[in-house]
Amino acid sequence: METNLLSIIIFAPLAGAAINWLIGRRVRNERFVATVACGSVAISTIVAFYLAFNSHGALRTEEPLFDHIWTWLHVGDFRADFALAMDRLSGTYALFITFIGFLIHVFAAGYMHGEDGYYRFFAYLNLFMFAMLTLVLADNFVLMFVGWEGVGLCSYLLIGYYTNRKEAGDAAKKAFITNRIGDWGFVLGIMLMFLLTGSVSFFANPAAGEAAQTALSYFKTAPVDPFTFSAIFAGGATSVAMLLFIGATGKSAQIPLYVWLPDAMAGPTPVSALIHAATMVTAGVYMIVRCSEIFVHAPTAMFIVAIIGAATALFAATIGLAQNDIKKVLAYSTISQLGYMFLACGVGAFVAAIFHVITHAFFKALLFLGSGSVIHGMHHEQDMRRMGGLKKYMPITFATMLTGWLAISGVPIFAGFFSKDEILWKTWSAAGMGSFAKVLWAIGAITAFLTAIYMTRMMVMTFWGEERFRNVQPIHHEHEEKNNHHGPVVPHESPWSMTIPLIVLAVLSTVGGFIGVPYAFVNRDVNVIEHTLEPAIAKMPGSETTEHTDEHAVVSTADEHAHVGEERLLAGVSVAIALLGLGLGWVLFQRRPLMQMPRILENKYYVDEIYDKALIGPIETGSREGLWKIFDIGVIDGSLHALGDAVTELGRLARWLQAGFVRAYAAIILVGALILIGVFAYFGFPLAR
Amino acid sequence: MEPQLSWYLALSAVLFTIGMAGVIIKRNVIAMFMCIELMLNAVNLTFVAFASFFHDVTGQLFVFIVMTVAAAEAAVGLGIIIAIFRNRETLDVDEASILKL
Amino acid sequence: MLVLLFILFGAMAIGCALAVVAQRNPLYSAISLIGVFISLACLYVTLAAPFIAAVQVIVYAGAIMVLVVFVIMLLNVEEEEHRRPRLRFLVPAAVALAGVLIAEVAFILVSVQQSPVLPGSSTSDVGLTQSIGSALFTRYLLPFEITSILLLMAIVGAMTLARRGGLLQSRDQVKRGELR
Repeated sequence: METNLLSIIIFAPLAGAAINWLIGRRVRNERFVATVACGSVAISTIVAFYLAFNSHGALRTEEPLFDHIWTWLHVGDFRADFALAMDRLSGTYALFITFIGFLIHVFAAGYMHGEDGYYRFFAYLNLFMFAMLTLVLADNFVLMFVGWEGVGLCSYLLIGYYTNRKEAGDAAKKAFITNRIGDWGFVLGIMLMFLLTGSVSFFANPAAGEAAQTALSYFKTAPVDPFTFSAIFAGGATSVAMLLFIGATGKSAQIPLYVWLPDAMAGPTPVSALIHAATMVTAGVYMIVRCSEIFVHAPTAMFIVAIIGAATALFAATIGLAQNDIKKVLAYSTISQLGYMFLACGVGAFVAAIFHVITHAFFKALLFLGSGSVIHGMHHEQDMRRMGGLKKYMPITFATMLTGWLAISGVPIFAGFFSKDEILWKTWSAAGMGSFAKVLWAIGAITAFLTAIYMTRMMVMTFWGEERFRNVQPIHHEHEEKNNHHGPVVPHESPWSMTIPLIVLAVLSTVGGFIGVPYAFVNRDVNVIEHTLEPAIAKMPGSETTEHTDEHAVVSTADEHAHVGEERLLAGVSVAIALLGLGLGWVLFQRRPLMQMPRILENKYYVDEIYDKALIGPIETGSREGLWKIFDIGVIDGSLHALGDAVTELGRLARWLQAGFVRAYAAIILVGALILIGVFAYFGFPLAR
Repeated sequence: MEPQLSWYLALSAVLFTIGMAGVIIKRNVIAMFMCIELMLNAVNLTFVAFASFFHDVTGQLFVFIVMTVAAAEAAVGLGIIIAIFRNRETLDVDEASILKL
Repeated sequence: MLVLLFILFGAMAIGCALAVVAQRNPLYSAISLIGVFISLACLYVTLAAPFIAAVQVIVYAGAIMVLVVFVIMLLNVEEEEHRRPRLRFLVPAAVALAGVLIAEVAFILVSVQQSPVLPGSSTSDVGLTQSIGSALFTRYLLPFEITSILLLMAIVGAMTLARRGGLLQSRDQVKRGELR
């Protein structure tokens, strides 16, 4: 169904960015800038909700909503238009992106108060919303890639927002370049897909006159690729899936391209919350779920996705255990949770992955904004070793972060429990991987345990215990602040503009899980999110009928009961793990908050240093010695110099002819005359015959 | 056997060549001038030979004019030589080499 | 007979010409050049050009060379010094170029020899004074007049050059009122 309202969703923030950039820079009124920025996102939110939930809304009907804005690329069979499409999947995404984006904009209005580039921040933030919504609402791969690049650009701009700090600029560059490496894979994937299918569209849009089959429907009728290693290079669905996954690794910070995310904490905290927790990093997951049709036909790819997801989750959790900067803990936590989402995709539980995306957006944004509130209250102190006992100074922040903490640790009724448990159950019961699924489950379980521990550590170090900020610490303070406090800082609670979004997100983190209650818990079919997303996501081939009847049949066979029973048992195990982790962390760190964690974890397994030595060093040396010195200076400059020198030499030789000696001139004239005579004598004489 | 036209022409060519070599070899300005005169005379010989063999008086008239021009040239040329000598105290043509790159 | 005369006078001309080039003393070169002129005059006579021969002796040997000898004496020119190191290469170069020219002329003459040409007799009435005079003042009057103007230019030029102090100095002197 065609509607023009879809374009409002993406163009409202763009207009906000333009207004703030052009007018806000002159006006320099914080109120004005904040109102424009938050207002534009509010418009997007309202329109998104309307389009999703009205009687013909995207989340109510099976057909997507279309909006063909502009014919962009149309060459023969290739068609990639600037056209939007909201179906169940992108509608869900658009809802939480706009809503959480709105909350974060409100928070940032208070957090960034007093900054010199206030207008610039909000202009970039609005531009990011535009790019992210374009990514999610695009109806073809190419437009999605435009959004993909756009969010990468905005991430660069926003991470490097503090232009006076070198580490911010370096982090911004690192993020962009690492993303780019992933984008290489993404683009190759798009190209290969076009080669295979002849289309880059997700949907068959009748309004655009598209009669041919779309990229995804091609794969629906294609045979499943074999589960072999060589399938990766065969040029079929597996190759496409692997290439697309490389793109996802870059954007969603998986092994090996995750290294930019911790450094990106150099940006302002609202940026970390919005981009690096709730929205941009989930773009990779969105892309994979959107291409679920391709992945279910590429079992090798799914296997690799699952392995990398699980490995990343565990890896990042171990590092998060040893970080002392409050934002870095949350960064590694994000990487770990993203690993969960990819694990879910890898075992075919796409709905569970999206569910976790949503709940993670709630509680991770909450945690980041909460940490921003803490940092703000501590006058931009970020090192947890210098915090402690803040719960009586910042009660609202404390209460809200409490819910976030419980949510991420997987404590029941909070949102994180339902989504994480769903992933773990689906991993355990994954078909087609045999006992390896159990191994993956074990990794997931250990990660959940570690998550509980490090989150508890973070909470304890920050909010409980001795007020370490009162002591003068011998630890070297790395951050250079605007306010250089000599003497102990007295923390204070943040203003309402910052605490209200925290409260809203806390509520969502508490009740948000209820949209995905599985059948097994309540013996009733109330899994809202599964129903909503079902039409948009591919089914694993061969499980068409079984999966559908598994959860919803009331037929009580022994198998059925076993499944439900198994699920409940595993849920119990998850709860136990969560509580154990919480308890262990509490006991350990309540007593010794400054306990030194293993150095190797604190130094993040030296991965950055390894990359530097192994990859960046050779490239730099190769460029400097080879490309620059040998080719640029030697060949290119050298040939130009040689040309100039040749002309000079020629001139030098020619100068001999004019030495000023008359006799030499006479001799040269004679030579010329002889040549002429010779020519005429030799060629002219046939006339005389 | 009578002398052929080509003999006269050959002789003229030889004289011309000798004069030309002399212009390049000699360093004294007056000597150079004299070699130029030698070249002119060689050409005169050619003209006279042609006039004789083709029974046309035009050749000899040319010689007449050439001689006149040679005389005029001698007058002016020697004047220049004297002027050069006054300026430089030497008649070496290699000394007059300022006009160069 | 004529051949003998040709060979005799030809050899003399070439010998004196070589002497012009080879002699170090410019005075000896001048004398050798007079020798060349005399031998050429004799050759003109054998070519039935008596008037030209006479004019050759009078103008060239008698006027031009006298002038040259005057100048040599005036300037007290001495023998050429030893060859300077620079430009020594010109001597062999000149000889080589001379060889090239001789070769080209030989080629031309050999090629022409093959084309039929009437060998004319040496005796004719072309070179008599009367015929030269009548042609000069009828058909070739214009070159004659122009030649006289040329001589005028030569006179003016020679006088200007030989003036004491040169050109520019006289202009300044006129300005300053020393000369009228």
